[in-house]
Amino acid sequence: MKYGLELVVVAVLIIFAAIFLVQNAAIQANLGEDEEAWGGADGSAAEIIEESGYEPWFDPIWEPPSGEIESLFFSLQAAIGAIIIGYFFGYYRGKKAAE
Amino acid sequence: MHIMEGFLPSPWWQIWFLISAPFVIYGLYQLKILVNERREALPLLAVAGAFVFVLSSLKLPSVTGSCSHPTGTGLGAILFGPFITSVLGLIVLIYQALFLAHGGLTTLGANVFSMGIAGPIVAWAIYRAGTKTGINTFVTVFLAAALADLFTYVVTSVQLALAFPAEAGGFMTSLVAFGTVFAITQVPLAIIEGLVIALVFKYIIAVRPDLLVRLNVLTEHAVERIREAAA
Repeated sequence: MKYGLELVVVAVLIIFAAIFLVQNAAIQANLGEDEEAWGGADGSAAEIIEESGYEPWFDPIWEPPSGEIESLFFSLQAAIGAIIIGYFFGYYRGKKAAE
Repeated sequence: MHIMEGFLPSPWWQIWFLISAPFVIYGLYQLKILVNERREALPLLAVAGAFVFVLSSLKLPSVTGSCSHPTGTGLGAILFGPFITSVLGLIVLIYQALFLAHGGLTTLGANVFSMGIAGPIVAWAIYRAGTKTGINTFVTVFLAAALADLFTYVVTSVQLALAFPAEAGGFMTSLVAFGTVFAITQVPLAIIEGLVIALVFKYIIAVRPDLLVRLNVLTEHAVERIREAAA
């Protein structure tokens, strides 16, 4: 099986995507007007802490002013990583092919 | 797994800085040796760091109805050990704390410990134990990376439960509450992370098996066996 591992990965991704779609449909059906599903787990933990009356004692020195700008920096983070991975795998592959 | 800025009271944030510091300092020392003596492995180090960048930027939906992200630290831990990986984790966490207000500077010590130290130690230990028992290499890599991811979130839950024990029930009640938020959400993501890292490991074996042998990640014998199986 030359591509056995790849097949496993694709199969698992399809299963998770299917579970997500089913789960999402169930959640959206029960959601109130102003509620939003699929928030971050980090935020949920912060909510639990704030419910106990805790106030964070230090604020981030800079916060992305909007969701768009936040996603810009997340995309940038992924892009920086992806280009490095792609570059070196391409480099190694090309070098091997030239031998 | 990011504890947000200001969300760890004194003395916890200082404690986690103190615990994390020796790992990072030893990691920098190991890194210096690697840079001086194994220059041929530097591209692989870049790839391991880049992997943490990519995976920790992807917020994926989980079955629980919330989103979380993988850590990507398993690859670095398997290739270079937990100390060097703690430096890689630190770089990513500083980027996210400064540019994204994701995590924070005061909670950096705690976040480096969960993502850069605790998880990678698990990955490294499982990988080393797995190669000794002779289990299939890719299954070992999968287990190492997936459990490292999961353990990172367990550690975050413990860190928060220690700092915020519930009034009724104390530490254990809090641990269950935070564990439900973090660890359970993380199970599907850990499986995906394990698979992705196993896949990348396969590609590294395909292009540079000699490097893995030189870094003592795989024996020549194991490389032979894997290449025969793939042919």
